Amino acid sequence: MKRKGYLLPVALLALAVIMMVIGSLSGQMDDVLTKAVHICMECIGLG
Amino acid sequence: MGKSIRKHARRIVQVLWGFLSNGYVKGFLPGAPMIYQGPLKRFCVPGMNCYSCPGALGACPIGALQAALNERHRRFPSYILGYLLAIGVLVGRFICGWLCLFGLVQELLYKIPVPKLRIPEKVDKPLRYLKYAVLAVLVIGLPLFYRTDAGTGLPFFCQFLCPVGTLEGGVPLVLLNSVLRPALGWLFRWKILLLVLVILSSIVIYRPFCKYLCPLGAFYSLFQRISLIRIQVDPVKCTGCGTCGKACGMQVDPHKVPNSTECIRCGECIQKCPAHALSFTGLGKELHLRPREDSVHEKTSA
Repeated sequence: MKRKGYLLPVALLALAVIMMVIGSLSGQMDDVLTKAVHICMECIGLG
Repeated sequence: MGKSIRKHARRIVQVLWGFLSNGYVKGFLPGAPMIYQGPLKRFCVPGMNCYSCPGALGACPIGALQAALNERHRRFPSYILGYLLAIGVLVGRFICGWLCLFGLVQELLYKIPVPKLRIPEKVDKPLRYLKYAVLAVLVIGLPLFYRTDAGTGLPFFCQFLCPVGTLEGGVPLVLLNSVLRPALGWLFRWKILLLVLVILSSIVIYRPFCKYLCPLGAFYSLFQRISLIRIQVDPVKCTGCGTCGKACGMQVDPHKVPNSTECIRCGECIQKCPAHALSFTGLGKELHLRPREDSVHEKTSA
């Protein structure tokens, strides 16, 4: 395995995880839930 | 039987995932809540899947991103963007090939035995960039900057373009719930027209939505060349016969550009390569996700 070829994706993956953790801690998962449990009238063409 | 299962592994995974991610059977029964309202909807599925589908158990990442950008007091959507970044960096467009229900629908439509249409390259190539415009303008730009009088935004892609929401959400909800039918108007007719166009196109063109319109595929494609799972060509084994390119429904030439932004990593090229020169790799190590068809040499020696 060439380490250099995988340095960028591993770093980006770490950044992604940090972003998800920060988002979760600030309640963004609950925001997703709040939106997703209601019918999106725009999405289905009624809004 | 084992070989047959491995040969059809991708189709099996697609179908199983379709049932798993849309397994809320109660949503299809009369008298029950129209859609699933439980805690699993905190999590996004990795492919296109409208969360207004009666059976949907997870949230749609594109829908969730637009909802976050639409908020009156919006914050940087780090959870959703982090999730999309993680998926992209891990597997790129592998999700498109293995875990997208709408991709499966298009593939099944393409199996209808009618003459197929091959879009000329001078039309096909520029048209492939349309999905990036959809991502930049309809998914990100307009939801971010356009505001109604009430101070909120609109989910432009979901509202005016997405055929997935119409097929998975709009049509079943309207069929199952008569209370929604008085609300049908020009928007629903427009969305049905778009859905019909995509369905008809899918019969004669392989995965047209994925090729030309899907913003999620556009996003994941940005990470194709750096994702941890990739396709690798063995230059020693490759004879340049072009079998891989002929097997590719997305019109990619895998032996020339193995991690093209258009590759959905279905593995058909790996299966078909007579020299066994192509493989999936994870962190540089070969992964055996698709069994290879016997090479001509192996067939004749048997």
